[in-house]
Amino acid sequence: MISLSHLTKIYKTESVETTALDDISFSVKKGEFVAIMGPSGSGKSTLMHILGALDLPTSGTYTLDGETVSKLSEDELADMRNRKIGFIFQAFNLLPRTTALKNVMVPMMYAGIPKEERLEKAKKYLTMVGLKDRMLHTTNQLSGGQQQRVAIARGLAMNPAILLADEPTGNIASIQADEIMKIFEQLHDAGHTIVMITHEPDIAHHAERIIVLKDGKIISDIKNGKRTRLWNTKKS
Amino acid sequence: MEYQEILTESLSTLTINKLRTGLAILGIIIGIGSVIALISLGQSSQKSIENQIQSLGSNMLTIYPSGQQSGAVRGAMGGGTTLTLADAKAIETSSTLTTVSRVSPEYSSRSQVTAGRNNTNTQITGVEPQYASIRNVTISQGSFITEGNVTALSKVAVVGPQAAEDLFGEGVAAVGQTIRIKGQMLTVVGVTVSKGGSGFNNPDDAIYVPLTTAQKILFGSNYLSSIAVEAKSSDVMTEAQNEIGYFLLARHKISDAANADFSIMSQNDILSTVSQVTGTFTTLLGGIAAISLLVGGIGIMNIMLVTVTERTREIGLRKALGAKKKVIITQFLTEAILLTVIGGLLGMMLGIIISYILTKVMSMPFTISWYAIFLAIGVSGAVGILFGWYPAKKASDLQPIEALRYE
Repeated sequence: MISLSHLTKIYKTESVETTALDDISFSVKKGEFVAIMGPSGSGKSTLMHILGALDLPTSGTYTLDGETVSKLSEDELADMRNRKIGFIFQAFNLLPRTTALKNVMVPMMYAGIPKEERLEKAKKYLTMVGLKDRMLHTTNQLSGGQQQRVAIARGLAMNPAILLADEPTGNIASIQADEIMKIFEQLHDAGHTIVMITHEPDIAHHAERIIVLKDGKIISDIKNGKRTRLWNTKKS
Repeated sequence: MEYQEILTESLSTLTINKLRTGLAILGIIIGIGSVIALISLGQSSQKSIENQIQSLGSNMLTIYPSGQQSGAVRGAMGGGTTLTLADAKAIETSSTLTTVSRVSPEYSSRSQVTAGRNNTNTQITGVEPQYASIRNVTISQGSFITEGNVTALSKVAVVGPQAAEDLFGEGVAAVGQTIRIKGQMLTVVGVTVSKGGSGFNNPDDAIYVPLTTAQKILFGSNYLSSIAVEAKSSDVMTEAQNEIGYFLLARHKISDAANADFSIMSQNDILSTVSQVTGTFTTLLGGIAAISLLVGGIGIMNIMLVTVTERTREIGLRKALGAKKKVIITQFLTEAILLTVIGGLLGMMLGIIISYILTKVMSMPFTISWYAIFLAIGVSGAVGILFGWYPAKKASDLQPIEALRYE
């Protein structure tokens, strides 16, 4: 599904070269729930940007769902993000003063999906994240947890190859954070591929695999027993 | 993504920020409104003056005496004493002047006129009966100067509605009243129909007396101040002008046309001079208004630039969710054009209303200037594209990561 091979990202300013990612290689299988951890400055945000096709690596190859992302033009990247990636941001990033329903429809609008189909899908995903009664609420009428659920529905709208979550619970009260993580687990159980970036161990433990970055390198890549077991018991 | 969708997006963004949208539109409304109002007003006043001149007759030539040449000094036009009643009669009766139809000799002078306790200073014109039809003067009450009046040097007068109002008060019947000019008592026998007009040479502020009365009793002059000649049609004006010119030169025994002691002007000559002046005036007004339109356009650009900065995160998000550069440019450009076009349409209505009210107040004919409207709409659209392009381009060039990080 995702394959990174010898990925390097170097930021150049006039005088300094900073290596944000240093020869990273790993792959994520379809249906996997991976957490990427690391202290600030470890390169996890850079990795997230490259995985999200928001930025290109300096060298190395990134393949997503059979397509090589590393060599695409700006508009091709936009198209890639639209079709293959569902973003869930720390700051939710919903359109302000716009209804939940409309927010979920935005990626489908850019994909050119007909209006009726858009509406139907948006309703379906909002119902799935438990916002059936709040579809016509505007962004500012929703709590943080509810906004993040709208963002999840939006991330699912295009049925993407991966859901990419960047600190999804970073701006949410802890009770609501648990609810969000429950949704992630349900999505995982339903077979979605999820890559989640976080610095909180509690949150990372909801994933079945935890990759830890430090100074742009992978320092550990382990199966998370708890989640794997749940996954396995469900499957068997 | 279809354009209609982008239009819907743009519209919804504009309605979300009502105050800002309103302020941006206001700049354009004032710009377009003032362009249309001022151009319409300029054209209305031009039309009003043209109408006034046209109302004097379109196939009219007027001969004025020139001051006689004395050495290198030439007297002012109309100031001379070179035209006589005999000249007028000769033009009228000459068999060589085939283009001339009727001739009206005139003697006019300004004078103080009193009626009871009222008095006014107005134009007294000594005329013959044909003056009325040649100069398009119509009578609302009583009758005009008759042939009998002229022959008998009658002390009668026909007054214009403005002069009548000044002398007898509004709504008072003027016919039968007595007025005093230069110590002579004259009886009012008629009142003319208003031609509309204002300012100098207002045709409504005039008093007509028999030509003979004016020359011999009131002002003691043997000369004419002008001769109005009606040509057979408006197509032969130039021909008539030449024929009369040579005829009078011969009569006055002048060999060189440069030394002519008269000048002949057609209504068109006067009209084109006046049109030129009012045209310049209109252009000037339009120019001033165009500056306010430009300021409005810069206002739009300013608002759009602020919008782009303020919506950096939103733009980043839209790009992250799959919006291509072209889509972002189109959306922002559409927003700018919507602002200017809505502003343009409202401004057009405002401009028309303002010019309608002003022309009514100033009693001028109201003209909607289509050219000003097309200009305004075209310009407002162009302003939208011109001043919307840079902010739109700036928005589309934002990198999604930078934009998402932006606080």
